[in-house]
Amino acid sequence: MTTSEPQAEPLSDEDLVEMAKNGDDSAFPQLVKKYSRRILRVGRNITNNDEDAEDVLQETFLKAYTHLGSFQGNSKFYTWLVRIAMNEALMKLRKRKGDKVVSLDEQLDTGEDTVTREIAVWEGNPEDRYSQDELRSILDRTVASLPEGFRTVFVLRDIEEMSTEETAEALNLSIPAVKSRLLRARLQLREKLTRIFKTKGENAFAYL
Amino acid sequence: MPTCKDFLRELSDFLDDALDPATRAELDQHMRDCPNCWVVMDTTQKTLKIYKGCEPQAVPQEIEDRLMMALQRKIGERSAR
Repeated sequence: MTTSEPQAEPLSDEDLVEMAKNGDDSAFPQLVKKYSRRILRVGRNITNNDEDAEDVLQETFLKAYTHLGSFQGNSKFYTWLVRIAMNEALMKLRKRKGDKVVSLDEQLDTGEDTVTREIAVWEGNPEDRYSQDELRSILDRTVASLPEGFRTVFVLRDIEEMSTEETAEALNLSIPAVKSRLLRARLQLREKLTRIFKTKGENAFAYL
Repeated sequence: MPTCKDFLRELSDFLDDALDPATRAELDQHMRDCPNCWVVMDTTQKTLKIYKGCEPQAVPQEIEDRLMMALQRKIGERSAR
């Protein structure tokens, strides 16, 4: 059966999921087109490797398609999709680390690493100082340098803009753990970006 | 009054606008007295803004082609059943 007649309004994710479940072969590819950029970005941000990111992209959508029947619509489709992508990406990461001893998650829960050594204002607006590509590369490199436990939380909360609850669910963490990792991720990124974007050679407070 | 350490602890909720008005007012007051904490808040806020504002890159054509081919195979398998 086909239900892909011209529509006045774009179809919602829920509609497309229902259509795909009911055997409309044109529906799922539309969801893929809609979300492939973001899923590839999740893959890149977590694995920090282009080849792995492509695998994450492909495996996420193939798994989602295969298991579409078990998607109940209790969460948003995109949240469900990101959860699959995150699992795929973390598996890649584990595999790549291989037998290497995994760090003790960089002492994530000491609560004492909210460092703010670099205190300086930024020079102008980085969006005006760098091209889109330069800026993206700076931002990607900086996120990639975060410990895994911080990076996963930051990617879901602040890049993919999921809620604290959704992030907790996707990563199997408690809400306080998400909040504490997010704070430290944000502060570490701030620290690293400030080293790049700060006003050079001047007293940071000169204009205050 | 909150110390700098208290300020940092609340910073995420401050930026997410998830604080009660009384705590928020205390932190606002702290920033007026403490330029360092103001700078930390300002640069953290800019950090978030810059990440949120960065659009995802387009999926390279050959990657998209491979994805769509794999997907069509899956769809074909299902339709054949």
